[in-house]
Amino acid sequence: MKVAFEVNGKALEVEVEPRLSLADCLRDVLGLTGTHLGCEHGVCGACTVIVDGEAVRSCLTLAVQAAGENIVTVEGLSRDKGLTPLQAAFRKHHALQCGFCTPGMVTTAHALLSEEPDADAERVREALSGNICRCTGYISIVEAVLEARTAYRTAEGES
Amino acid sequence: MSPPNRLIGSALERVEDLRLLRGRGQFVADINRPNQLHAAILRSSVAHGLLRGIDTVAALKLDGVQVVLTARDLGQTVPRLPIRLQPLPELEPFCQPMLADEKVRYVGEPVAVVVAESPAIAEDALDLIEIEIDPLTAITSRDQAEAAETLLFPEHLSNVSMRWNAVKGDAGTAFETADYTRRETFAVQRHAALFMEPRGFVAEWDASAEKLTVWGAAKVAFANRKILAATMGLDLDQIDMIEGDVGGSFGSRGEFYPEDFLVPFASRHIGRPVKWVEDRYEHLMAANHARQIECDVAIAATRDGKILALRGTNWTDNGAYIRTNGSIAPRNAAQFMSGAYDIEHIQLTSYSLTTNKTPTGTYRGPGRFEPDFVRERLIDLMAKDLDLDPLAVRRRNLVPADKMPYPLATMTPFESVTSLDSGDNHALLDRCLDEFGWDEKVKLQGQCIDGFYHGVSVGCFIEGGAAGPSENARIVLETGGTFTVYLGSAGVGQGIETIMGQIAGDALGVPFESVRVHYGSTEYVAEGYGSFHSRSTVMGGSAIVLAADALQDKLRPIAATMLGCPEDAVRFEAEGVRNTAGHSVAYSCLTDEPVAVEARFENKKYTYSYGSLAAHVAVDPKTGQVDVLDIASTKDVGRKINPATLNGQSVGSIVQGLGGALLEEFVYDAEGQLLTGTLADYLLPTATDFPSIRSTVLELVPSPHNPLGAKGAGEGEIIPVGGVIANAVAQALASFGVEPMALPLSPPNVWRMLQAAADK
Repeated sequence: MKVAFEVNGKALEVEVEPRLSLADCLRDVLGLTGTHLGCEHGVCGACTVIVDGEAVRSCLTLAVQAAGENIVTVEGLSRDKGLTPLQAAFRKHHALQCGFCTPGMVTTAHALLSEEPDADAERVREALSGNICRCTGYISIVEAVLEARTAYRTAEGES
Repeated sequence: MSPPNRLIGSALERVEDLRLLRGRGQFVADINRPNQLHAAILRSSVAHGLLRGIDTVAALKLDGVQVVLTARDLGQTVPRLPIRLQPLPELEPFCQPMLADEKVRYVGEPVAVVVAESPAIAEDALDLIEIEIDPLTAITSRDQAEAAETLLFPEHLSNVSMRWNAVKGDAGTAFETADYTRRETFAVQRHAALFMEPRGFVAEWDASAEKLTVWGAAKVAFANRKILAATMGLDLDQIDMIEGDVGGSFGSRGEFYPEDFLVPFASRHIGRPVKWVEDRYEHLMAANHARQIECDVAIAATRDGKILALRGTNWTDNGAYIRTNGSIAPRNAAQFMSGAYDIEHIQLTSYSLTTNKTPTGTYRGPGRFEPDFVRERLIDLMAKDLDLDPLAVRRRNLVPADKMPYPLATMTPFESVTSLDSGDNHALLDRCLDEFGWDEKVKLQGQCIDGFYHGVSVGCFIEGGAAGPSENARIVLETGGTFTVYLGSAGVGQGIETIMGQIAGDALGVPFESVRVHYGSTEYVAEGYGSFHSRSTVMGGSAIVLAADALQDKLRPIAATMLGCPEDAVRFEAEGVRNTAGHSVAYSCLTDEPVAVEARFENKKYTYSYGSLAAHVAVDPKTGQVDVLDIASTKDVGRKINPATLNGQSVGSIVQGLGGALLEEFVYDAEGQLLTGTLADYLLPTATDFPSIRSTVLELVPSPHNPLGAKGAGEGEIIPVGGVIANAVAQALASFGVEPMALPLSPPNVWRMLQAAADK
């Protein structure tokens, strides 16, 4: 069936099977492979994308459920050259090692800071608690997100 | 010659991050080939049974299914997974067939492969395959395995697959004459590395060129190419293994699994590219498990706390087969039981038991995390019995700096002797106590504050690294004046693109930006040994140092000619060569053709990083919940290449250790069914669990065994975590008389210990 939505600011219409997940649609139909699949049962958070401002598990969402929505993936939160303040903070704090969970961390942190640019460490930890990272132990990720708050207070954070 | 510190020692931001942060990494699931098919694997749902029949007729009729492979399609004899490390011939009967042939031996064992036009069709077809299995009794415990009423391999007459001995001195006499002895039993639960990126491959057989390309290589691409060549009847130069971005390994990813054979085999069989990516349920029952062990170990000491001897037996549960590195944990659990301590007499035996569970392999700190738990617990129990301060007992027994190099127990089979290479254990312990704030925190020992019981503990560890035999590096001076480094080491997320660039930049004396690093894939160098046993930085980095020297030797006469000076007047500088008279030629003008050298660093002596780790816990006796309030660690790595990535290894390693100490467990029922098949059942640490972890990494005593002076550092701090947390919990709950003898210290387990103590 046909489904129309906006992905990273671009209006798109795609033909999908009803059972296709939004994650598979983004990756396999639209070629947006920055969205990663770590568990496909909604626990690890690697596939997190932003749907109308909310952090959403794209592995638990069907593509057809996203009809009419505005979807933002990690590619949509990136610049052609260089890093956004949020990404630069991740790099500075060594908040990624293998980088597999990282797109989900970036989208989750972006959704949080867009709404709550003053989130404290405890709130950041809580917001990230649905995203599993096996490499870092999270300390550096929390530090990075806390540092990135400044940019979101001044609207620089908007990618 | 050791390169100077310029880039080395600097916390450079990683080059990898620029792609990974923007969703531009290329992981195996991101690779697609034209005209590719997709594989799905049918796995046994029965833990133990005779495979009577497989009916694939309905599956083959499904539109879009191309082929269904079973064991009989793999040739007259089904190829088996060979053993990569410590390959004892007597272990061969325990090697896993690539597809189950006569028997299934664990839930998750591959039985058939469906290849179809899409992953969804392939998975649909799995449901249409009928398997007939006559169930046998499932062996799920040590008692059952030892009783041997049911055998996994009846021709072997026992469920014990191997036995390792660690011997030093004369433990028998030491125990007879010691003032004090205590014998206890301990257990560590089955858990696993659980790297985040699911395993996967894309394999493409080019029939006209008779060439196989496999994307998805990791960790040990060269070793796996050998296995693949042997099992598929190909020559090495017919196979390219390509490594892209790799989402973690921790010992497990990149070992050769049945799928490493099945996907390439399917591609050649059908003549089209085949892709397979596991899902998380498959991962949890198919990728190597680790750690499960029971130990019956005794300690002997003088009455004033000098440890004289360790003696006892370990039983590791190795699951259904001995896989590529399945012998490492039982072996290490015997040899490394003494850890950082000066113990003169050792007699330890490890038995590996086959059971109807997922086969095991290495996981960060294999056979080190487990015996550290045993030894550190025994030290605290001894201190309590003898009314000594556990900290003073540790100080008294650590290997002193003037005893380095210090020999560990000798292992048989594969008689192997190894020595702690260098270090100052006492300095690292003292620094750890300072960083932790021991003197203040120890005042809370055993106290109840707002209903929570507080405990602190410290433990000391060693970390082996730098496994040989060698590593290769090739450096090319490109015509544009940049340097390309090709390396036999592998990237598994630890940042070696950056780390190796730092080493190469300093070895060549050029800016970081002048160096490009390529690694992992088999096409880059003649031979490579990959990333395991904390070896990449030491072995790969040292190979780069040798290659840089060799390249400069090769460039020197060229430079001398161009500069019109003797060779010994040539100086290599950041942008080019210069002679003593001040004339210079840029690297970009030095040659019209790329100049390449390949060098090999050989080393069979291990490095031993070492350090200490202290923890402060608070236990809620009503729920059994253990809160980790603070952890501080120290480790001496000889030489730091990138302090940021190093600290990342340390903190990440500690949190993985906390997962093993407190949360993670594979649970099986009596029929051998895995009950923890999702990440909602198998609990990993999350961002709210352990907010205060501090690591200090030092470069106190360089390793004498390599030109960098570096020691392997990817595993260290996970090793002491189980023992330190258990001791801290014992201290917290001392007033209840709780003494943890098994991990994990999950709320139900701690609560049960409290109930049992109350019933006494």
